[in-house]
Amino acid sequence: MERTQLRRQVALTRQSLFDQGFLDEQFIQLEDLQDDANPNFVEEVVTLYYRDSARLITNIEKALEKNSLDFNKLDGFMHQFKGSSSSIGAKKVKAECTLFREYCRAGNGEG
Amino acid sequence: MLNLGYCKGSMSTASSGGVSDQFPAGLRVLVVDDDPTCLVILEKMLRICLYEVTKCNRAEIALSLLRENRNGYDIVISDVHMPDMDGFKLLELIGLEMDLPVIMMSADDGKNVVMKGVTHGACDYLIKPIRIEALKNIWQHVVRKRKNEYLEQSGSVEEGGDRLQKQSEDADYSSSANEGSWKNSKRRKDEEEEVDERDDTSTLKKPRVVWSVELHQQFVAAVNQLGIDKAVPKKILELMNVPGLTRENVASHLQKYRLYLRRLSGVSQHQSGMGNSFISTQEATYGSLSSLNGLDLQTLAAASQIPAQSLATLQAAGLGRSTAKPRMPMPIVDQRNLFSFENPKLRFGEGQQQHLNNGKQINLLHGIPTTMEPKQLANMHHSAQSLGSMNMQLNAHGDPSGSLLMQMSQQQSRGQILNEATSSQVPRLPSSIGQPIVNNALASGVLARNGLAESGRGTGFNPVSQSSSTMNFPLNTTAELTATSFALGSAPGVPSLTSKGVFPEDINSEIKGPGGFIMPSYDIFSDLQHHRSHEWELQNAGMTFNGSQQSNSLQSNVDVASSVLAHQGFSSSQSNGQGRNISAVGKPMFSAGDATDHVNAQSLGQPLNNFFAENLVRVKTERVPDASLQTTLFNEQFGQEDLMSALLKQQQQQAGIGPAENEFDFDGYSLDNIPV
Repeated sequence: MERTQLRRQVALTRQSLFDQGFLDEQFIQLEDLQDDANPNFVEEVVTLYYRDSARLITNIEKALEKNSLDFNKLDGFMHQFKGSSSSIGAKKVKAECTLFREYCRAGNGEG
Repeated sequence: MLNLGYCKGSMSTASSGGVSDQFPAGLRVLVVDDDPTCLVILEKMLRICLYEVTKCNRAEIALSLLRENRNGYDIVISDVHMPDMDGFKLLELIGLEMDLPVIMMSADDGKNVVMKGVTHGACDYLIKPIRIEALKNIWQHVVRKRKNEYLEQSGSVEEGGDRLQKQSEDADYSSSANEGSWKNSKRRKDEEEEVDERDDTSTLKKPRVVWSVELHQQFVAAVNQLGIDKAVPKKILELMNVPGLTRENVASHLQKYRLYLRRLSGVSQHQSGMGNSFISTQEATYGSLSSLNGLDLQTLAAASQIPAQSLATLQAAGLGRSTAKPRMPMPIVDQRNLFSFENPKLRFGEGQQQHLNNGKQINLLHGIPTTMEPKQLANMHHSAQSLGSMNMQLNAHGDPSGSLLMQMSQQQSRGQILNEATSSQVPRLPSSIGQPIVNNALASGVLARNGLAESGRGTGFNPVSQSSSTMNFPLNTTAELTATSFALGSAPGVPSLTSKGVFPEDINSEIKGPGGFIMPSYDIFSDLQHHRSHEWELQNAGMTFNGSQQSNSLQSNVDVASSVLAHQGFSSSQSNGQGRNISAVGKPMFSAGDATDHVNAQSLGQPLNNFFAENLVRVKTERVPDASLQTTLFNEQFGQEDLMSALLKQQQQQAGIGPAENEFDFDGYSLDNIPV
């Protein structure tokens, strides 16, 4: 009973993520990759992603703290982040990255 | 690590119609990406496609993996943006060294980036996020490449050798541009068969033809009869009338030969490209050879002489060196034969290399297909012998040597072959020292051999390329090579030595080149030899080539050696002409290289330097006939030093004989003329 409820909750949450535009079809592809051999594939990937992006975000923050923003470096970080996000289907994050990069290109520190 | 062995089972079902249904399965893929998330996802997707996956997150690791398992992978997928190395650079290196299809990927889908991928030779460009459907089709690139290689190899099958050459060139140069789709069906079949045999070799397997002396002489005679320009494999084959010899064999041999000649004549530009292919494998890349063709004429002329006659003739003819003493035609011939025996291709590789070195520095890498190794190795060995001659060429060429070296380095396996070659050479050389030019080479070769023999390296002249493993080998070979290839400094022979860092001496790393060993030699030469600018070019070329190889130590050694040689060579070069110089240079390199590895090596390195110094003096003052010098030189020290001196002497004698004088004339041209 509880398990079913939990399952339902998970399903709902997942669906909402899609609806809200957090996830896109790439995530579905990831899910398809999961099979009996690797039952936790998606989980592993996402964990990996979190770890990696945390590291990236730290770097980005550090770079942002500087007075003179190094847009090139930031752009590089963003590119990396974008790549990771798109790989797992993190649509929204990817969009943000793109936007960030636009700002970088424009030299817009405020954005 | 993926098991190299493909899943044979799946391959065996080669359908007649086209690629076997099971073919894509078991494809060995190497994935390189610094993003761990992406890496894992890709790996999973590829596994689902039933491919064998190896992943690494650093380009350096990828390169070493590829080098260690030459035939271990069928295709490489790499990210564009990586922290340790630019994806495009990696792409180039892989194409040059192993000639594997490479797919680029990135989240960046800008047109410029994609264009860059194309120009650098990527087979395909995928945009992240990667979909599994995109990965399902990557096997097409493997098939296509094989097909091209096959075409290249089997000239007769396709439309004339020209076509093949072109293909091979394309294939060699890893430019996915020419995915000749012609003969698709045919190719597929071949490829399928190849696939089945993939475990054995990465390229089409053809029974190796051993180019014996007689065979080679026949070949050369046929070529001369037809005229360099008109020498097409088909006609050569007919003229030779050797049962069991296929057009492809002739074609590849022709390619090598051309390279060799080119080297001799100091024609460089093409050669570097050609050299690569040449060296890399008989099968694969003859493309470069074809480029040599232009250059080859001269060399061919010279070369042809050599095979037939003693080196002396060559020297006189090709090099125009005066001093060339006919005396040792034999050695040269022997050397040549040696090469041929060992690896018909190899010789060419060397020859080509030399040629290449002269002309092009870079190409070497490109052309080198994975298969080059055996050839190169063979060349390496031969190089010892032919080095003498070839080196000479190299000096002039400058680039080729670089390229050759590069190739050498690449082909680790080559070193092995070389070892064999060199060892065999050793016995031969001792006698030869007669010829002035050859002597130098021979001397070096002999010396090298001795040195090598001692070390037992035999295998590898690898002067050039030896990737770490073969390094020792190069050293040994270098010693030999130096002897023969004096040109080493400039020529590829040298490069191998230098690059591998084995050289204990860090002479000056003039080698600026990228690669380790090869380059150094070239640089040195270039510096040293003012007159021989071309020769040095080779070195530089070699060096640049080696960019990938970073045998710094070698470089320095080589540099030193080459510089020493260069000095010697140049000053004396008069007599021997370019070849000598190179060899001289090469020698130092060998010494350096070998020294580290073998007994000789160590001592050589140092002695060489000293030797060189002496030689310099000697060279300048004495214009001793090369022949004598060489022999004497050799006798004194074990290979390298003698070589150096010999070289110097030659150089003196040569007195600036232009690099054009292909002293090496002999062995150098073990190249199998590329199918015309």
